[in-house]
Amino acid sequence: MQTFDLSKEGLRALNSSLHALKGQTNMTAWEVINPKGAHAIAAGVDAPVDITVRGSTGYYCAGMNKLATIRIKGSAGPGVAENMMSGTVIIDGDASQYAGATGRGGLLVIKGNASSRCGISMKGIDIVVHGNIGHMSCFMAQSGNMVVLGDAGEALGDSLYEARLFVRGSVKSLGADCIEKEMRPEHIALLADLLKRGEADGKARPEEFKRYGSARKLYNFNIDNASAY
Amino acid sequence: MCGIVGLFLKDPKLEPQLGAMLTDMLITMTDRGPDSAGIAIYSSAGKGLGKLTVQSAHPEKDFKDLDGDLKQAIGAPVAMLVKSTHAVLEVPLGQLEAARSAVAQLRPGIKVMSSGENIEIFKEVGLPKDVAARFEVAKMGGTHGIGHTRMATESAVTTMGAHPFSTGSDQCLVHNGSLSNHNGVRRELKRLGMTFETENDTEVGAAFISHKLQTGETLGNALEATLTDLDGFFTFVVGTHNGFGVVRDPIACKPAVMAETDQYVAFGSEYRALVNLPGIEAARVWEPEPATVYFWER
Repeated sequence: MQTFDLSKEGLRALNSSLHALKGQTNMTAWEVINPKGAHAIAAGVDAPVDITVRGSTGYYCAGMNKLATIRIKGSAGPGVAENMMSGTVIIDGDASQYAGATGRGGLLVIKGNASSRCGISMKGIDIVVHGNIGHMSCFMAQSGNMVVLGDAGEALGDSLYEARLFVRGSVKSLGADCIEKEMRPEHIALLADLLKRGEADGKARPEEFKRYGSARKLYNFNIDNASAY
Repeated sequence: MCGIVGLFLKDPKLEPQLGAMLTDMLITMTDRGPDSAGIAIYSSAGKGLGKLTVQSAHPEKDFKDLDGDLKQAIGAPVAMLVKSTHAVLEVPLGQLEAARSAVAQLRPGIKVMSSGENIEIFKEVGLPKDVAARFEVAKMGGTHGIGHTRMATESAVTTMGAHPFSTGSDQCLVHNGSLSNHNGVRRELKRLGMTFETENDTEVGAAFISHKLQTGETLGNALEATLTDLDGFFTFVVGTHNGFGVVRDPIACKPAVMAETDQYVAFGSEYRALVNLPGIEAARVWEPEPATVYFWER
């Protein structure tokens, strides 16, 4: 276990040590202590390592993550796991705005609540939120899956493309072109797997969720609207 | 950008440390606002006394014999404490308005930062650590306080453009964001008799709330009204003689974190600002909801 005291050694030293790990390494377990809300902790990691951050983080923790498993034993500031490529990010507390924004792959698990714009423009990432998500979540979400055990705020999935949204609780309002869709057996199976991987299988059953997706009326060019362009 | 910090103490034992705690929080927010900084501290002046905090670009000249001159003008005792470019004038509470008018006559170059029973505002251009040191904020005690680090967008980097803005007795406001309808709202408030010192958007937000309070609205209702009448981006933190309020616009892109323990309620633009507060590990920490008013009063 490599233990890194952020208050003593500093952020640049941490991130350059983590960036130096390429491919296979023996230094697979890392612990970051005294994060104290610092920005960009463990951003840009590209190695199959396990990093535990003991406390709350500031902006952009685990941004652009590739391959790593990053656990935050606290809450995360804005833009956690932004543009994640692969790997797993697990937050024990809450996540601030635009968690998982533009994420292309991997799994983001938020055990508390996520605030506004969670999964905005997501492009393949899977996000499992044990609590609620705030307004404008999944705005222009292109692909991937969003699972919410609690409630969703206003304008869920506005201008949605092909991401699948599963919400167990209430949805305050749906955004433009986002509609409720039928839950078919393949969705139940997908959800069961996501709940298991998102450490939420003891908390909710797939049958309790509703599925939301794109009505596909907004994003195709419509010749009747040509004069409006 | 801009950074906001705020602290409302529930435990009187912490009161002597208010200035020190706020200074630490303020300096942590330097990279959100290195242009200028300001702080409002609330502490009672004592029985029947009020405080007028004034600022001058030429303190040696303007503050020389100001207490004596003011005493003569208002016919009441005056105590003056000069701190760099600011001075706090203590006068009988009933004479506060008379003192304000007299100061304007005696020293036309002086600007009033705040006036009231409890409030003192210190603000200047420069790095937060330099501004805090200049006014010895760390040595100040009090019941609650608000600080701001500014990265200017809407108006010039000047002392008067720094936050907090005070537009009513014992009231102040700090702002992260920018208002888009401030010219129209300022015109309307001027018509209703409010006065303005700057072209700054935040001053309009402050005056809007002060005007509501003047018409008898509660702090809660005044903050609610910002959601319908002000357009733009805002996270506001507001101070009154006995309270502290927070409101964010419905889009809520300007960050905010709050923490509460048995000893205090704290506000920070980021969690970083709160990490050195006592008992923060066990505090209830949350992000204030969009378009939701929070306030605490003693």
